[in-house]
Amino acid sequence: MTEPLIYDYSSPGRVGVNMPAPDVPLAELPAGLVRDELDLPEVSQLDAIRHFNHLSTLNHSIDKGFYPLGSCTMKYNPRLNEDTARLPGFAFSHPLQDPGTVQGNLALMYQLQEWLREIGGFVAVSLQPAAGAQGELTGVLMMRAYHLDRGDTARRKMLIPNSAHGTNPATSAMAGLDVVELLSDDRGNVDLEALRKACGPDVVGLMVTNPNTLGLFEEHIQEVVKLVHDCGGLVYGDGANMNAMIGIARPGDLGFDVLHYNLHKTFSTPHGGGGPGSGPVGVSERLKEFLPAPLVAIVEEGEGEEPPLYGLVTPKKTIGRMKSFQGQFGMHVRAYTYIRVHGGSGLRENSEMAVLNANYLLSKIRHAYHLPYDRTCKHEFVLEGHWDDAPGVHALDISKRLMDFGIHPPTNYFPLIVKEALMIEPTETESKETLDHFADVMLTIAKEAHESPQVLKTAPHITPVARLDEVRAAKELVLCCRPIPEWAA
Amino acid sequence: MSYVPHTDSDRKAMLKAIGVQSIAELFHDVPASVRFPELDLPGPLSEPETLRELGDLANSNAHAGESLCFLGAGAYHHFIPSVVNHTILRGEFLTAYTPYQPEVSQGTLQVIYEYQSMICALTGMDVANASHYDGATSLAEAVIMAVNHFRLKRKKVIFSPTVHPHYRAVARTYTQGMGLTLTGDDEPDLGLNDLLPRLDGETALFVVQYPDFFGCIENLKPTAAAVHQAGALLCVVVNPIALGLLTPPGAFGADIVVGEGQPLGIPLSYGGPYLGFFATKKDYVRKMAGRLVGETMDANGKKGYVLTLATREQHIRREKATSNICTNQGLMAIAATVYLSAMGKNGLRQVAETCYHRAHYAADRISELDGYAVTRDRPFFHEFVVHCPRPVAEVNAELFNEFGIIGGYELGNDYAHLDQHMLLCATEMNTLDDIEELVGALEQLG
Repeated sequence: MTEPLIYDYSSPGRVGVNMPAPDVPLAELPAGLVRDELDLPEVSQLDAIRHFNHLSTLNHSIDKGFYPLGSCTMKYNPRLNEDTARLPGFAFSHPLQDPGTVQGNLALMYQLQEWLREIGGFVAVSLQPAAGAQGELTGVLMMRAYHLDRGDTARRKMLIPNSAHGTNPATSAMAGLDVVELLSDDRGNVDLEALRKACGPDVVGLMVTNPNTLGLFEEHIQEVVKLVHDCGGLVYGDGANMNAMIGIARPGDLGFDVLHYNLHKTFSTPHGGGGPGSGPVGVSERLKEFLPAPLVAIVEEGEGEEPPLYGLVTPKKTIGRMKSFQGQFGMHVRAYTYIRVHGGSGLRENSEMAVLNANYLLSKIRHAYHLPYDRTCKHEFVLEGHWDDAPGVHALDISKRLMDFGIHPPTNYFPLIVKEALMIEPTETESKETLDHFADVMLTIAKEAHESPQVLKTAPHITPVARLDEVRAAKELVLCCRPIPEWAA
Repeated sequence: MSYVPHTDSDRKAMLKAIGVQSIAELFHDVPASVRFPELDLPGPLSEPETLRELGDLANSNAHAGESLCFLGAGAYHHFIPSVVNHTILRGEFLTAYTPYQPEVSQGTLQVIYEYQSMICALTGMDVANASHYDGATSLAEAVIMAVNHFRLKRKKVIFSPTVHPHYRAVARTYTQGMGLTLTGDDEPDLGLNDLLPRLDGETALFVVQYPDFFGCIENLKPTAAAVHQAGALLCVVVNPIALGLLTPPGAFGADIVVGEGQPLGIPLSYGGPYLGFFATKKDYVRKMAGRLVGETMDANGKKGYVLTLATREQHIRREKATSNICTNQGLMAIAATVYLSAMGKNGLRQVAETCYHRAHYAADRISELDGYAVTRDRPFFHEFVVHCPRPVAEVNAELFNEFGIIGGYELGNDYAHLDQHMLLCATEMNTLDDIEELVGALEQLG
């Protein structure tokens, strides 16, 4: 099953693609600046295709099977989106073209800004952030700038529940802020008492995920928002879990000041084995002028049949530019396509079905696994992957055993507040039959854990490789398959 | 239209199993005052109707697939071999998540390992990560890595003014809460030698671009020596196609090499998704942000790959991590790997040389025109600066309206002293005839 490295197919003189010979007089190459070696493979096109296709078959993917990876929203990625993003007018337009020559792009971006604004209940949206974590940084920098702009320089603290994604504290630290961790109460909510104590004149704001990473709706969310606002802070919403919320409740209506959307979760753009994502941010009135530049705006209203003229504008107090050019435009095209296909009603139905699927699945397996917070869940739920009467078995073993059934493991060991967490998110595009099968497998594994734990400890058995030695990888640190040139040694 | 598979009887059976009467009951904990808002969104469309609407929008754009395009300035129109698209459209690559579970992710992991190896080969560095959002954010992460390397005891960063304006802007946005001094580009016409005296014991990083924003190249060995003399690190922002021909920054002694991977098989796509690459020396690997794939063994002694050094990352270190990067540009890294494999050593060299020769031919021809002057004080790769007889906006508008040509970048936008200067680019996509068409058009406009 092992596939050699692409370099192993290399033989001097082979080329994969024929390129035209120069048709202009040759210029003199720059003296002293021409390299004499270039250690890239020399392979035929067929060898390259076979190599990468073979490698692809070693992956699990949504297209291959169930992928209940909590917090990642591994829903079906419609192929129509791939086709629209590759339309030549989108794919070959240059980001620095005169706005007058790319009105189609700008109209699409403007419309997507407007739709996301409506979905989130905000006053403005920027499409610029490249991923969820970059959306977070955008939001936190805006919150910081808002306070500084008002001359409120004493605010240094960001409040973050202990159930939060790791990106929340990491982002706050990048923005130069101090992180204060908040405890959760026994129903999985932000602990109101802890929050009340932490609120004060030194607070920048709160970063909250709702539904939270336990898959639970924050039962006191309006009080939470009010407490933060009352002390002069702002509320950041991590939109990782928005797939439960479209048409259900708008973060803006709940009083959130800023939220990032994950187009690669909620709006079906493919995860690509770790990106590209896209993390637009929506904001309340207070943060509107701090959005990153540029935004798409109507710069001249249309008359009658004539469409308006779209252009790029810079908000007055902008925090600046988060990346080069206009953001992950190809992802904007995919999300636009997705929203257009579903319409408002379809998007709400998706959220409803995502929540139905999660609760249905929970009802099928809850008696066999320990459920730390027994409530109606939203689009995902968290179980403990551990039993006191099967002490040798861990969440990791359950995860690896699932692979033997052709199923991707849930997110494990997160959130940190649940022991041996297994975080399960089925998404709305999975059928009842798929869920029933998964439930049967989970019950089988629970039984095995008690009766033949060794099967779990040695899993997976049918994957291209067995469990890998991660300690060795970190210790020996082989990160490159080629010899290092002498100058670098 | 939706992709939900549930029939009415499925829904009923599922509600019954849960023990509730209606879907709405599942949302009882959402405050009633905000529950189920009416969204002012359009109704659903069928797939063919959607495709038609998107087609109309796309068709209303001018683009490099249809018009002659001489615009570069950080994003480039190159040939993309068909194998690239066909590979990244494989569902197994397209619809997989970050390879946290290595036993079922060896495909993505091995490609990324090959990607890291090829980026090392191109840049002449020891280690490369996979990846950042684009060239600009790679540079921002380089700045953060450098100041952390010096444990925040050195907080000054010097930028050459010829580093891409967007890259400098993004580095400033990223670091606005860190109390750094970012300098060097306050006087936009300073050359590298003018900047060297600014190096001091406070300086963490010196940033240059190669080829620079104006397309120019120079030997960076003396720069590296001066930077190291001051105890600082050198970061070089590169164009990967240029490295098919030019001496790699590793040979000059660069400590960090970053750049925009878009030219490696990724379409212009109006600015994204692109690919930020980042390479450095082995000594700094634990300070580097971003995903890393390492080779290891499985339980049966078989070779395999895993994400490694995760203890640097946000999901482990939380507020002690130096970067929050999580999702990156995995699929674009795969595209670049397929591109570099298909082109290979000889193909990439040929693409680079064709860009070089065509750009030089274009520069020669334009410099023959009355009223146009090409700046040629330093060697250049595939972009060059032209002083135009009229404002650049006017030249570009007429090039497009009269001749259907997408012209160059207006440098006066970012460099006040370069009013009426245009940055032009030629790649392997611009043939001799295309260049003659541009020259003819400029002559008529003159």
